[in-house]
Amino acid sequence: MALLQISEPGQSRAPHQHRLAVGIDLGTTNSLVASVRSGSAETLADVDGQHILPSVVRYLGDSGVVVGSVAREAASEDPQNTVVSVKRMMGRGLAEVVNAGLPYDFTGSDSAVPRMHTACGAVSAVEVSAEILKVLRDRAVETLGGDLDGAVITVPAYFDDSQRQATKDAARLAGLKVLRLLNEPTAAAVAYGLDRGSEGIHVVYDLGGGTFDVSVLRFSRGVFEVLATAGDSALGGDDMDEAIVDWIMNELDIVDPDHYLKRRLSRLARDAKEQLTDVEQVVLEGKMADDSDWELLLERSQFNDLIEAQIRKTLIPCRRALRDADVQLEDIKDIVMVGGSTRVPRVREAVAEFFNTEPLVDIDPDKVVAIGAAIQADALVGNKPDDEMLLLDVIPLSLGLETMGGLTEKVIARNTTIPVGRAQEFTTFKDGQTAMSIHVVQGERELVSDCRSLARFELRGIPAMVAGAARIRVTFQVDADGLLSVMAEEQTSGVKSAVEVKPSYGLADGEIETMLRESMDYAADDVAARALREQQVEADRVLEALAAAVQADGEALLSKDEFAIIDQAAANLGEMRNGTDPQAIKKAIESVDAVTAEFAARRMDASVRRVLAGQKLDDI
Amino acid sequence: MFQQDYFELFGLEQTFELDRDVLMHRYRDLQKATHPDKFANGPEQERRIALQRAGQINSAYQTLKDPLSRAQYLLSLSGVESVLEQTTIRDIEFLEEQMELRETLADIRNDADPQGSIFHFLADLNKREKTYFNQLSKLLSNADEAALIQANDLTLRLQFVRRLQQEAEAVEEDFF
Repeated sequence: MALLQISEPGQSRAPHQHRLAVGIDLGTTNSLVASVRSGSAETLADVDGQHILPSVVRYLGDSGVVVGSVAREAASEDPQNTVVSVKRMMGRGLAEVVNAGLPYDFTGSDSAVPRMHTACGAVSAVEVSAEILKVLRDRAVETLGGDLDGAVITVPAYFDDSQRQATKDAARLAGLKVLRLLNEPTAAAVAYGLDRGSEGIHVVYDLGGGTFDVSVLRFSRGVFEVLATAGDSALGGDDMDEAIVDWIMNELDIVDPDHYLKRRLSRLARDAKEQLTDVEQVVLEGKMADDSDWELLLERSQFNDLIEAQIRKTLIPCRRALRDADVQLEDIKDIVMVGGSTRVPRVREAVAEFFNTEPLVDIDPDKVVAIGAAIQADALVGNKPDDEMLLLDVIPLSLGLETMGGLTEKVIARNTTIPVGRAQEFTTFKDGQTAMSIHVVQGERELVSDCRSLARFELRGIPAMVAGAARIRVTFQVDADGLLSVMAEEQTSGVKSAVEVKPSYGLADGEIETMLRESMDYAADDVAARALREQQVEADRVLEALAAAVQADGEALLSKDEFAIIDQAAANLGEMRNGTDPQAIKKAIESVDAVTAEFAARRMDASVRRVLAGQKLDDI
Repeated sequence: MFQQDYFELFGLEQTFELDRDVLMHRYRDLQKATHPDKFANGPEQERRIALQRAGQINSAYQTLKDPLSRAQYLLSLSGVESVLEQTTIRDIEFLEEQMELRETLADIRNDADPQGSIFHFLADLNKREKTYFNQLSKLLSNADEAALIQANDLTLRLQFVRRLQQEAEAVEEDFF
């Protein structure tokens, strides 16, 4: 068969060649990168042997950018040029970040993404995060000894669409191929579950530096099924530090501190919090504005009182998740603790009381997410072709549309398993109405103004009809990353309108491309070479997959004529692939796609039928 | 194959009563065959088809696993729902009862023991829900139109109960 000869020896990769993939935990306070090496997942260290990279970026003007502990040391000397906890700003609008009491000097931009003025110009949260990711990418390339084939980036389960999109943009900007955005608690469950092989219902309590998630999962026969998730994307260890800072300021009668003092106090507070994990009391000391010394004693019990309200705030989502999952306390096999903030003894105590069981803390809570992400990355990139593992995740917040009177109509309910597609029909409310504006929102509240606005778009060209006669079908499609795309179609006329949901607070189309071009990493030649390489890789992928598909099912599912058409398109692609024109390769891939679409759908259906046939035998 | 109804998709009979374990196992195996992660390394077209197919299977599972949405779906297949699209409940007794329940819930906020009262309130709602589902099961095993119309009426009542449950849960969270 001609097809099988197309991928000439040496052109495509050997099927068992190990591909390089990493899992990245992009945290509020700290970030890590991990990879599966000789069968086990481990976090990767920098040249000094440090695994944890503090998520702090300092802009130095002409001398460039520094990331990590060096930047963190400078946080209080140079607060305006040193960005900490950037994750809290991801996917957020100007109004939201300006009110957060941060030291940065914000400006809006064309795409409504807030930017901070730094010594290196105005930067967005996406660019700051990309700096952190680049450091981790370089570390991985160095350690693993080659370019990366892909990365899994973790996000809080409770991140909404805008926050997820921002994270994906940051990864692209850092030159990473994103295999998947993975929810942090799910990643932790993978690390624990595979480690122990324990089947049953698990709860993951994940309290990080700036986010809180709780997920209820069922693990059975290689499938991790998230039953429900809940959380708070603005609650974490940072808030505990803040509570100590407020206490200090109260004790010392400090009002209206400047940014320098605030950063110094935050640092002191964080150290005190960490020490109180092991000791019963700590002494905090510093200097007043008049240079006199001050000293305060903080006991663990006092600290517990300061954070009690925050801990309580984490237990409400725990209840909601259990209820949504329809799981009783006695059904739960174990509680997994994730995130540095779960080291706080009072947190462990409160969780143990609530769930009436001692939580598991045996995998380092700082590393467990990155390790789980690495395991998933290894599977996705194709290093374990026979692996049975499957992660079924959910969307954390309901998706809906604005209807008359500023009310939300839910299209996909929270805790629905993804990917998922749902359609809903709407109609016009005025005679002769020819356009309809569609406003997509995310959240649980009834009023649109209380939900997060994700996107607005217009469907135009609806034929004029009496009110209520038009049938507008709006289809929501959420992919496995939890990202939404929306399509609207008027049913009687077929007028269509589709949007990739570019969040209201996201970067505009093309902005990422511009940033990529401008970044120092890619010279002009590089961009062209990169485009060609990307198309060639995709062409190989298509040809390899097609050859395998034809070999497996060609005889059963294709007629002779159909085969001939596919074969010709494939031969053409093989020819273009060896040329130097990325556009020509892209076109050839598109023609192969067009002539194989039916075949691909038939194969999918055939595999579904095989599953059902096998199942029915099992039932007997 | 994309035209299949949800029951066919899972290889199940169109019935209200179904074995949740069978449904769950089929669901998982279907996801293992169609989930986009299984095609992460394949060409874009495969990933797109997988995304659509896995999404459809998830929608189907979501609809079939909850008895209320399963009942509504069965009614929509039988065509009863579309005939009765505009129906609202006219049973005055039922509506009065709902009003009373709503008032009880509002009063719980000022109760001496709101948590205890909410607990009982929710338990009572669950009991009502169960009764309705038992009736629904009998009606839906019957093919005649009168039974289906009654079943449709029951799904509307169940919607009231569900809404009330959600509101009660929200009140409970406030007092937690």
